[in-house]
Amino acid sequence: MTEQTIAAIATAVGEAGIGIVRLSGKEAFDIAEKMFVTKRGDSPKSLPGYSARYGRVVDPYQGRTIDEAILLVMRGPYSYTGEDVVEFQCHGGVVVVQKILETALRLGARMAEPGEFTKRAFLNGRLDLSQAEAVIDVVRSRTEESLAVAVDQLEGSLSKRISAIREQLYDLVVRVEAIIDYPEDDIPELEVDEMAEVIRTVIGELERLIATADQGKVLREGLKAVITGKPNVGKSSLLNRLLDEQRALVTDIPGTTRDTIEEVLNLRGIPLRLIDTAGIRESDDVVERLGVERAVQLWGEADLIIHVMDGSVPLSSEDREILARTRDKLRVVVINKSDLPRVWSLDDLDARDLGEAPVVEISLLEGELTPLVDAVVGLVSKGGIRESTASQAIVTRARHKTALEEAKADLENALETLSMGLPLDLISVGLQGALEHLGEITGETVRENIIDRIFAQFCIGK
Amino acid sequence: MSKNYDVIVVGAGHAGCEAAYAAAKLGCRTLLLTINLSTIALMPCNPAIGGPAAKSHLVREIDALGGLMGRIIDNSFLNIRLLNESRGPAVRALRAQADKVLYQSLMTQALESAPNLDVRQGIVTEILVEDGAVQGVKTKHGVEFTAPAVILATGTFLRGVLVVGQLRYPGGRAGEPGVNELSENLESLGIELSRFQSATPPRLHADSVDYEKLTEQPGSPVPLRFSFDSDHDDRPQIPCWYTRTTPKTIEVIRDNLHHSPIQSGSVVGEGPRFCPSIDRKVMRFPDKLDHQVFLEPEGRYTKELYCLGLTTAMPEYVQEEIVRSIPGLEHAKIMRPGYAVEYDYIPPSQMTLSLESRVVSGLFTAGQINGTSGYEEAAAQGIIAGINAAHKVLGKEPVILRRSEAYIGVLVDDLVTKGTTEPYRMMTSRAEYRLLLRVDNADLRLRPLGYKLGLVGEEQFARFNDKRRLINETINWLNVTRVNPTAEVRAKLQELGSGDLKKSVSLADLLQRPELSFADLKFFADCPELPGEVIEQVEISVKYAGYVERQLRQVAEFQRLEDVKIPDNIDYMKIHGLRTEARERLTAVRPVNLGQAARISGVSPADISVLAVVLKDVDKYVSA
Repeated sequence: MTEQTIAAIATAVGEAGIGIVRLSGKEAFDIAEKMFVTKRGDSPKSLPGYSARYGRVVDPYQGRTIDEAILLVMRGPYSYTGEDVVEFQCHGGVVVVQKILETALRLGARMAEPGEFTKRAFLNGRLDLSQAEAVIDVVRSRTEESLAVAVDQLEGSLSKRISAIREQLYDLVVRVEAIIDYPEDDIPELEVDEMAEVIRTVIGELERLIATADQGKVLREGLKAVITGKPNVGKSSLLNRLLDEQRALVTDIPGTTRDTIEEVLNLRGIPLRLIDTAGIRESDDVVERLGVERAVQLWGEADLIIHVMDGSVPLSSEDREILARTRDKLRVVVINKSDLPRVWSLDDLDARDLGEAPVVEISLLEGELTPLVDAVVGLVSKGGIRESTASQAIVTRARHKTALEEAKADLENALETLSMGLPLDLISVGLQGALEHLGEITGETVRENIIDRIFAQFCIGK
Repeated sequence: MSKNYDVIVVGAGHAGCEAAYAAAKLGCRTLLLTINLSTIALMPCNPAIGGPAAKSHLVREIDALGGLMGRIIDNSFLNIRLLNESRGPAVRALRAQADKVLYQSLMTQALESAPNLDVRQGIVTEILVEDGAVQGVKTKHGVEFTAPAVILATGTFLRGVLVVGQLRYPGGRAGEPGVNELSENLESLGIELSRFQSATPPRLHADSVDYEKLTEQPGSPVPLRFSFDSDHDDRPQIPCWYTRTTPKTIEVIRDNLHHSPIQSGSVVGEGPRFCPSIDRKVMRFPDKLDHQVFLEPEGRYTKELYCLGLTTAMPEYVQEEIVRSIPGLEHAKIMRPGYAVEYDYIPPSQMTLSLESRVVSGLFTAGQINGTSGYEEAAAQGIIAGINAAHKVLGKEPVILRRSEAYIGVLVDDLVTKGTTEPYRMMTSRAEYRLLLRVDNADLRLRPLGYKLGLVGEEQFARFNDKRRLINETINWLNVTRVNPTAEVRAKLQELGSGDLKKSVSLADLLQRPELSFADLKFFADCPELPGEVIEQVEISVKYAGYVERQLRQVAEFQRLEDVKIPDNIDYMKIHGLRTEARERLTAVRPVNLGQAARISGVSPADISVLAVVLKDVDKYVSA
């Protein structure tokens, strides 16, 4: 069997209490071995069918734990698909589930086509023949749905940027192919430097696109939010209230350094990644504990800043400074302790520093959280972010990202081939590969286009 | 004389010759019928074999399978050159200028002396069919020949019309009649026909050309051959000549565009984009003033020069003006004027991958009748049609080459699966696995099949086996022989302009360095004396290993879908999960496996998923 191992998120992401990432295929165990560490210390590969282990999903590339999870192992043919299957059952949050999926993809799995698990189950004789037509409907509808999402996603800036990149690549490929296929026609030769420059430019643009995909924003990965404010204004209360309210605590994700962690919660369908909450909980003072520099850096990285102030004590220079330094960010200003007498008013704040940030007066001790949630959701929606099911967005996004990364890898190969002084027939492998990967996103047939473009651009023939 | 045959081939062009030879070689009593015995294997257009990359790949593949074209051009070329040498082994190409008269003679001789093969003059006007199956053919003179398999290789003769300027008159080629009756007969059998057109440039008298103003294009000083079986000789090569159009040429053409058949509409049907007339080139690329013109000898014993680059069907006086506007051709005399030909072809989605009609059982087609262009493309289809017609008669499975196995496979699959909107020409860009389908390894890819079929003889195959064994042994030896980083080795590497060596490596590792060749290895080990073709294979195998392995993995993935067969009697209309467009396209093309289905335009990945599911329970979906 040459069936590639496929992976997909098996649960609706963001909404469900638990998230399942499922792998099926002959390399499923090998991949699990690389990305799961059992608590007991036994090897996932050695587990008998239908067994489960508690442990940690890790990212072997960065040596980091992604989440605590349960690993479920089924050995073919005794599995849903009839192949070797593993499932990672984790806390169902956008970031974690996606990270697990991406790790599996990097380890060699391929993103499953819509309905592919069901299809394999059927093809491997795990479903009753009488179910055939039901399966067809599933395949059909899921494919149409995901196509709709893909097309939907492509309208807009991503599509435009990919098209621009593709055009540059096409220009190069078409020249290469015209030279190769029509050696007797006077088609200008390509210089190595010229080719290298085009390839490098395209790689650069792909990198920027991949980086954008990584930032992902809002629906895709969650809005990176920071709760900030001077000590004892109620930041940890706010965090705990948000978490209680949403009952959606997913997990702790250790950040790049041990001093930051993220928590993901779902605010009316908008995934929020709260940064540095560990800091808040432990010392209740980010600035004090990490220093001003780090705090400023965190603000810079944030998509959304929730600035908490205490209305019952006089304004401090710290409050003003935070307000001034976060002027150009998406912000919600929370004036806490509305159950106590107010000692300052909004007029006391610098109007320019406050800008258009919504201000919510609230008592985190006894009041409702609704006005704050309204403000956050209002702010995010105004920013052009609309609600959609996160799971669909993630699936298509993971595909796009994989395709972009593969296109980049192909171009890097082409560049290496070029620098080694190897001939056009080898260089073209990477160039065409890259075009085909980009074509996967836009759904076009590259080969025919190349031939059409050769005749459109060059006066060929006798 | 018996009028009963196993296989009848209609037409003795490049497709018909290969088809008849292959069928006869496979043991079938074969009849080759042609309108004119004097025009067997005629090159009515460019007197050359190979040229644009992929054409030489086709010739090598035909040769590897045991066909004729490679051997005959090797014995009849006036000059031969290697193209794309610096662009990599996968796209290297040969181009041979043919002595077209000698080519015809040698082909005629090969066919006339082939066992099981009768060559006979006759104009076929009717295919005899009973109950949807071929019974034989009938000629204009009323003679009937019977056979359970008929191969049509009629070129441009079906309802052929010749066009010069505004003038249109019936003809298959200049000086030869077209055939209308067969077109009518095919239509009455339920076969759909469509129109294509093609054109050819004027021929000039060699003594009327001023060679002082031309650039000589000599043949290769290095011996080159198409066929894996040809020996090298040192026959003197006759050069081609090169010149360019001038602004005056463009002016003449612009002033006379209203006479151009493509402009005036006196020619209908789609022409090939890769072979545009000079009129079309001027219209489409108005800024380009100096188009290339090559003057190519047509034979050792004729003064005719082919004018490559000046294809046109303008009125003759305009052709004269065009020719005389070109440096070196100021006083050139036209011997044959250029003209266009318009003809019927059978849109190829009406046939199966074995080149058999899906409308009439036992009717095979090859060459221009299938909508292709080019001698090599025609010959490639010819050998496949010949094999499959014979196999049909002999009750054997059809031979279908995979896209990952041969350009011939790409060619046939493209025609059947995608159809074509212009005369189809093979290009390396059409192949997914170009690094595997190299011109140098056609024998490694296809000779074993040719031998198994019975087209390749014992002696040929023994020679091939020796070569293959030597290649494998040498690669093995390169992998196991170590080179240590001694001072001597490191100094030699430096001298060769190669990087330093830190630890012991295999000879193969060294050979992978782009700057080192097999010949350089003699400095590091006792290299065996090897034939050049073995060294070539070894070098390519080692140097390209990484790239080739990657394509092989892609092929394995690709093959998964190819291996899922679709029964011929599946009824797509019964599969409600398919979109309407997909049902119609699938019904029209009738793919034999899932991979082919996936290549049909209008069939989406979702449709393929649905099909994959259905195929598990296919009995529900077949028609009775």
